[in-house]
Amino acid sequence: MTETPDLGAPRIWVLIEQDAGQVHPVSWELLGAARRLASELDGEATCVEAVLPGYGVRHLAAEAFRYGASRVYLLEDPVLALYRNLPYALGVSRLAQTYRPEILLIGATTLGRDLASTIATQLETGLTADCTELTIDPKLRILAATRPTFGGNLMATILCRKHRPQMATVRPRVLPLPEALPRGATGEILAVELDLREADLPVRRLRLIPGAERLNLEHAQVIVAGGRGLGGPDGLTLLRQLADLLGGIVAVTRPLVDAGWISADHQVGQTGKTVRPKLYIAAGISGAVQHRVGMGDANLILAINRDPEAPIFQIAHLGIVGDLHEVIPELIRQLQTLRAGDSP
Amino acid sequence: MHTIVAIKQVPDTTHVRIDPETGTLIREGVPAVINPYDRHALEMAIRLKERFGGTVTVLTMGPPKAAEALVECVEQGADRAILLSDRKFGGADTLATAYVIAHAIAAIQVEDPADLLLFGKQAIDGDTAQVGPGVATRLAVPLITYAMRIESLDPATRTAIIHRRIEQGIEVLETTLPALLTVEKEIATIARAPLPNLVRAAHYRPETWDATTPVPFDPARIGIKGSATIVSKAFTPPRKEPGERMSVAESGLTRVVGQALQRLVTAGVLSSAPATAPRDESNA
Ligand SMILES: Cc1cc2nc3c(=O)[nH]c(=O)nc-3n(C[C@H](O)[C@H](O)[C@H](O)COP(=O)(O)OP(=O)(O)OC[C@H]3O[C@@H](n4cnc5c(N)ncnc54)[C@H](O)[C@@H]3O)c2cc1C
Ligand SMILES: Cc1cc2nc3c(=O)[nH]c(=O)nc-3n(C[C@H](O)[C@H](O)[C@H](O)COP(=O)(O)OP(=O)(O)OC[C@H]3O[C@@H](n4cnc5c(N)ncnc54)[C@H](O)[C@@H]3O)c2cc1C
Repeated sequence: MTETPDLGAPRIWVLIEQDAGQVHPVSWELLGAARRLASELDGEATCVEAVLPGYGVRHLAAEAFRYGASRVYLLEDPVLALYRNLPYALGVSRLAQTYRPEILLIGATTLGRDLASTIATQLETGLTADCTELTIDPKLRILAATRPTFGGNLMATILCRKHRPQMATVRPRVLPLPEALPRGATGEILAVELDLREADLPVRRLRLIPGAERLNLEHAQVIVAGGRGLGGPDGLTLLRQLADLLGGIVAVTRPLVDAGWISADHQVGQTGKTVRPKLYIAAGISGAVQHRVGMGDANLILAINRDPEAPIFQIAHLGIVGDLHEVIPELIRQLQTLRAGDSP
Repeated sequence: MHTIVAIKQVPDTTHVRIDPETGTLIREGVPAVINPYDRHALEMAIRLKERFGGTVTVLTMGPPKAAEALVECVEQGADRAILLSDRKFGGADTLATAYVIAHAIAAIQVEDPADLLLFGKQAIDGDTAQVGPGVATRLAVPLITYAMRIESLDPATRTAIIHRRIEQGIEVLETTLPALLTVEKEIATIARAPLPNLVRAAHYRPETWDATTPVPFDPARIGIKGSATIVSKAFTPPRKEPGERMSVAESGLTRVVGQALQRLVTAGVLSSAPATAPRDESNA
């Protein structure tokens, strides 16, 4: 990449993360955020663009246009077929050195967290991790990225004044998924060569041991969550019954995972998943800040706790002070009656 | 076999409290601990030493007090400990932190090249998970994050097979050595420190390196000066207005549950057809 393109308008870039041709939805969430940032920078005609690394992924560009990218940098090469740190980072970094985006956003997924810091180091720039909010600082006209630290006890707003691009990773599901434009929305595809050979790469995937059926807590509409108040694995059975009736998924607090009652992919919070369902039922959960950062954005939170002082009531829209071992069976009973009445 | 382990002393976040008046952290009385993931990284290094012979070096960048954490590492079985401590290192973001650690590791390697560099997957205070990748990139060694198992390692052919946790399952990777791994807790279970280590640690003083000796760090790339990011504002998460609350003891079980259900129906969150949650089929 020796040509020096006309840099033109400032650019905000979003990395499109895909696996086997499936785009991770966080990429679209980020394109939505990038469009909002561009309009906050109004008058400066900022472009929103996508960087798409992979192999056999050209067809995904059309989707990126629908979520608002005006240009897609297509980095296609056999060495990018499966994600690996080095070739992905080199590909994106070289591109950034050529086109000099102002802002580069990446999902705070396993892949994104692996990749982002490598790119930031290659570009010698600043990177804010795991943001929950992105805005433009009204005075400085630069990115203001807010993130939780100290296990969610403290929020920090971070700026990158002098170095470019300003980089940030954002957790899946903390930003809303934007509306897609109608099919046929279009833009420019710029295919870029990656000059790397397999023999020069130090790491190679031997195999993948697939995880048990993947639980998609992040996108569940209804979540029935329990904490230590469940008392034991029997409490979990009760929770599952309720979840089944509501067409929801079971989630838990960290102590239950630590105790080995359930696998870690059910955990919500700082060190677990971030969710934003329509309904979140929190039973026997005290509402520690580390749990709340993962579920505080749910549309409707129903808390069931026998302690009227439990912090979960501070964020619940609806609270029931009572013993969950009474309340949940009663909920199940009344729901069944309701459903029986519904059906013809 | 030489393994270098980077550790960080962190406040025990389970004890962190916020001053409600000022919105700042109350650090007094908060115990300092070795970042939990780093202890597992050190344990892995000790296992490798038991198997292949060799040495384990630990290093940390931090205030003088961080020497305690290094002594604890010697108790656990580290051979050599280096404290990078200087006011000029203070206020570093991950870019400047990784710069210092990478150059310190390069300096250690002049005399004793490393086969493996081990980091925690993240520190529980800063929580960025950015320092390990930053160091690997500066040293131009392969990076494997979220490593949970070393399936095999051969110092002679300088290769290793590592399991790493990703969203689709467990990825089994072959890498050349030296490599840098950021590790999950499963990488090794922590054993009790043997008595001879405790005796040795009681007299052990970590080496202290400052900003100029033995490594002349570029003053423009360390500490606040060398940082690309700045914290412009810190605040406690805003509280929401509490919602409606009902008590079983006061209003009776049937009534309370009935009212709650009514609210859910009104809010439209109870579709009568159980909505099956979407599942992600992707696995390569
Ligand atoms: C760095 C760090 C990261 C963490 N990450 C996470 C994370 O990702 N996710 C997470 O969840 N936690 C996390 N934690 C742990 C967190 O701090 C809390 O310890 C945890 O969330 C508490 O779980 P709990 O609410 O189930 O248990 P508890 O706090 O023990 O609360 C149990 C609640 O159940 C109620 N109860 C008991 N019996 C009944 C009954 N019969 N009926 C009704 N109510 C009852 C009690 O009144 C109490 O409020 C983290 C901690 C740290 C330090
Ligand atoms: C409120 C707040 C927010 C911050 N946000 C950001 C941010 O978004 N971006 C940013 O660049 N910086 C940020 N920083 C600065 C960052 O916390 C420091 O640079 C810190 O020294 C390293 O980052 P970490 O704690 O996240 O480590 P991580 O990258 O999470 O640590 C991973 C591993 O690296 C090793 N390691 C980390 N630090 C050291 C050390 N000092 N010595 C030896 N080994 C070490 C350990 O093995 C550790 O397990 C923030 C600081 C504060 C106080």
